[in-house]
Order: sequence, then C-alpha cells, then structure tokens
Amino acid sequence: MVYLTRVEHFNAAHRLFNPAWSYDKNESVFGKCANENWHGHNYDLFVTIKGSVNEDTGFLFDVKKLSDIIKEYVLELVDHKNLNVDVDFLNGKICSTENLAIGIWNQLVSQLPEGVTLHCIKLFETARIYVEYFGE
Amino acid sequence: MNKRIAVYRKEHFNAAHRLNNPAWPAEKNAAVFGKCNYGNYHGHNYDLIVKVTGEPDPATGFVIDLKLLSDIITSKVLDRFDHKNLNLDTVEFKDLNPTAENIVVVIFHLLRPEINASFDLQVRLYETERNFVEYPAG
Repeated sequence: MVYLTRVEHFNAAHRLFNPAWSYDKNESVFGKCANENWHGHNYDLFVTIKGSVNEDTGFLFDVKKLSDIIKEYVLELVDHKNLNVDVDFLNGKICSTENLAIGIWNQLVSQLPEGVTLHCIKLFETARIYVEYFGE
Repeated sequence: MNKRIAVYRKEHFNAAHRLNNPAWPAEKNAAVFGKCNYGNYHGHNYDLIVKVTGEPDPATGFVIDLKLLSDIITSKVLDRFDHKNLNLDTVEFKDLNPTAENIVVVIFHLLRPEINASFDLQVRLYETERNFVEYPAG
C-alpha cells in the first residue's frame, strides 16, 4: 500500500451563517466570520489517495490525471467563487472548513478508477487552521 | 557609524474582494480581470509585513517597541479590513479597485502618521504565497 498526495490551492469568499438562527445568535456563535458581506481565504488542498503500485508504470495513479480530476470536480467549482452563493455541492450547508472538506471528498470519491482509493482530504483555511476528513 | 536598523512586524487578515472597474462594460472587466472579476467576490489570506527603519533609542535599545507597532497595525489596519469585504465594507475601497497594489499603498498611508517621522516605513503585502507587493518600492 502506498499513499500519494496532490497539493492544490484556491481562493474563495464565504461567511459562516446558520439561516435557522437569528442575526444576534449568528454573531455570537460565528463572530466576525458571520460578516454579511463575506470575507475570504486562500485555501490549500491536500488530496491523498492510496493503493498498490502498478508494475508497468511504477505509479499508484498518474498524478497528472489526479490533478485533472481535482481541477474538474473541485477547483473549477470553487476557485475565485463565493462558497455560500456559487457552489452547488455546498448548497444548504454551512460553509465551514469541515463541511467544505467533506464536500470535496464527495466530489472526488467516485471519480477515481478501480484500485485507487481516496484516503484523506486535508484542507487548510489559513496557515494555522486545517481539517482532515477520511470519509468515516 | 550607521546605527540604523530595520525592524519588522508580521500580521495577517482575511478579506473578500473583487476586481472591477465601474467605468468599463462587464465584458471588458471580465477580459482584463478574469476570475478576479467574478460577481459574488472571492477572498484571500493576506499577510502583511511592516518594516520600520531608524536608529535605536539608547535608553530602550528599541527602534520601536514591536508590541506598540503591533497595536498600531491592529487598530489602523486589521480592525478595518479583517473579515471584511474590501469593496463593500470599507471606505478606502469604495471607489478604488482593491488590487494588492492599491491595498499596500492605502495601508502605508494609514500607518505613516502613526510612526515617528524620522523613521522610514515600508509595507509588504502578500495576497497569496506567490503574489506580493511592496511600497514604497526599493
């Protein structure tokens, strides 16, 4: 078993807001992250896959193909976008780093060929804040 | 002997923005600014490096107390821009395109009156890890 990680990045706007709550409750729970005109981040995305090395290629999976899949199913949907407004796979969800990582997992998990398994989505919101999701 | 020393304070803030010139039609804005022109905004983690150059005070050994510099940056810059939409929430960018170039100049002028006039001030702003600007140049 070998693990391979592709690192990507994107920039997006968002706000943390629960529409079921009052304005005051959103302010008290989410603080400045609830700012109604959005704020934004440079997100760094680490996509880790696992599997066996193919003897003919020496690859677990062609990393260029992995990059193309991430571009098509994630980056083109989120890069320079407003996560709350523009991104279908986050529709109805609070745009926290946790939910974004889970959403990215769900976008990618069915796009990989047989024998290649998605292992981890690691997503940095800032240099000091990141989440990991293993599909569990 | 030249006793001038440069001291630096690093801060960061997160903000949304979009690049748009209201004098241009939508097609031209899209062509010039590309993804940065998307209508619903995007955002960045901005890293800010403030450089103050001067002679240390013999009594303290400090050019400027870096805690004081941090407080100045917080009150003049971070409280204004952190977790804000630069286009919508700030007076500085109401009629000014919030490019990294324009932001760094605005930040310089917010800080300049707060720093001893005998000291040089230079501001570097990272919009992403790989895109950054500096003012004044050189």
